[in-house]
Amino acid sequence: MSALSLAGSVRSGERSARSIVEEHLAVIADAEGEINAFNLVTADAALDRADRIDGVVAQGGDSGPLAGVPVALKDNMCTRGVPTTCGSRILDGWRPPYDATVVERLDAAGAVIIGKTNMDEFAMGSSTENSAFGPTLNPRDTTRVPGGSSGGSAAAVAAGFTPLSLGSDTGGSIRQPAALCGVVGVKPTYGAVSRYGLVAFASSLDQIGPFARNVADAALLLEVVAGHDPLDSTSIPAAAPDLLGVLDRGVEGLRVGIIEEISGSGPTGLEGFAPDVQARLAEAAEALAAAGAVVEKASVPSTVFGLSAYYVIAPAEASSNLARFDGVRFGLRVDADNTVDMNTATRTAGFGDEVKRRIMLGTYALSAGYYDAYYGKSQKVRTLIVEDFARAYQSFDLLLSPTAPTTAFPIGEKVDDPMLMYLNDVCTIPSNLAGHPAMSVPFGVGDDGLPVGVQVLAPANGEPSMFRAAAVLEAVAGGPTGAMP
Amino acid sequence: MEPDADTSTPGRITRDDVAYVARLARLNLTDSELDGFTGQLADVLDHAADIEALDLDGVASTSHPLPLSNVLRADVPGVGPADEADHRLFCDEVLAAAPAVEESRFRVPPVLGEAP
Repeated sequence: MSALSLAGSVRSGERSARSIVEEHLAVIADAEGEINAFNLVTADAALDRADRIDGVVAQGGDSGPLAGVPVALKDNMCTRGVPTTCGSRILDGWRPPYDATVVERLDAAGAVIIGKTNMDEFAMGSSTENSAFGPTLNPRDTTRVPGGSSGGSAAAVAAGFTPLSLGSDTGGSIRQPAALCGVVGVKPTYGAVSRYGLVAFASSLDQIGPFARNVADAALLLEVVAGHDPLDSTSIPAAAPDLLGVLDRGVEGLRVGIIEEISGSGPTGLEGFAPDVQARLAEAAEALAAAGAVVEKASVPSTVFGLSAYYVIAPAEASSNLARFDGVRFGLRVDADNTVDMNTATRTAGFGDEVKRRIMLGTYALSAGYYDAYYGKSQKVRTLIVEDFARAYQSFDLLLSPTAPTTAFPIGEKVDDPMLMYLNDVCTIPSNLAGHPAMSVPFGVGDDGLPVGVQVLAPANGEPSMFRAAAVLEAVAGGPTGAMP
Repeated sequence: MEPDADTSTPGRITRDDVAYVARLARLNLTDSELDGFTGQLADVLDHAADIEALDLDGVASTSHPLPLSNVLRADVPGVGPADEADHRLFCDEVLAAAPAVEESRFRVPPVLGEAP
């Protein structure tokens, strides 16, 4: 059942919020032992909250657009008094003294937070194998990764543990796991959703967004959490866009460009796109054309260099942001005779290998003698990407690419080769560098029977037309794909 | 580490570079970790060298996707604990999450070594 109909049934008194929460807790009890989507299931708090919502309904009050709908939160979003680990030993046991803005908005909308989901440590990874609390498995095939870093949030929705979840996307961490798990995942325009209370990875790239099993539910959740927040100085000073109201408008007359360089469909550009993924992309393009869109090839040449720029810029920002984990104010402390040794012992014991790798990479790229060669140049490449997109959007309303080069890969396949792992993000990174919205929509399956995601990209604040195209793709693809557990 | 002002791609990152950077980042690495990380960081930096193909002269830098400006809220009570009692409560909650506390402050080991 969709989140929209669940909320409708609670608001009308047809169903109790408690029965909905109990139903989802039962699915979790049944399969979570195998999937490991959650770091924490907040069952008691969720049931209490459901009872309060049922009380509001009984008294004839407005129970909100998400009345009684379970929502899972990636474990890098602060929840007051509830452990928030970022998938890291260094925050094990930490209880934030405040709620993230998205948590307050979910509360105000009548949602029921059902737990905190597993993730690559500090959102650094593309497989959820970098969590200090063990990997999450893909519910479509438990020998495969769910993608990452928001792998727990994607798997929780795919497995039916919750109809909705929130993730964060710095270089593809919502869209890539959505594609690999066969669900809808949206990275909104930078600044559309408040980052207040999101533990920072790379502040100029991070953005919170929804996972759902269908496009309308993703629109519903995004409408609830988006909109200006005075507590985030990078929040766009505008109200949340109307998305549900435009979903059925179709794509008649919209100009859609397939990005040659990141779809393996042009003479230049990146390689390594699986033929089955390319085939689904071509079918998605045909579906949009059949629905009245004008579909052509598009060139955004500098997207080829996005990966190189990203893996300098994101680690550089991370090395600065993660300096706060020093054993002084929160989380783990490993004692030593003086403060510097304590800082070092704490960080050495508390961070996993991928986080150490990126902190060192960023520290190196920002250090004297290397700043201009690496960080300075990457910032210029970022400008080229912004300019190339601007040029493409003079001719197109939307752009199209695969979300990831392949379907879900086997657990353990890439974890020892960081560069191979990073190549998963080639299609998703350019939107983060430009600050643009993009979303992954399930569109058929690969030769292995696993879901394929098609990525719809839009210019800043282009969410309404992006969702219209996503709704058309969903209607053609015919709903959820791939075998359920 | 000698500063190098030009922007051409520096030589391959060395084991000594990684050891230096780890010290800056307050991380202790074992010898085998140093070996492993040196190879992996070199791989990523080698890939990043593909931007050498681009002519970046005169291209502006982008550090952020939005035109950033300083945001000031109205100078009225609003965000944050409303009164002294709430403020006390908030501070207690923050301090409760700290590894070591003394008299409403974060407690740390000596910052400066003891005099010889």
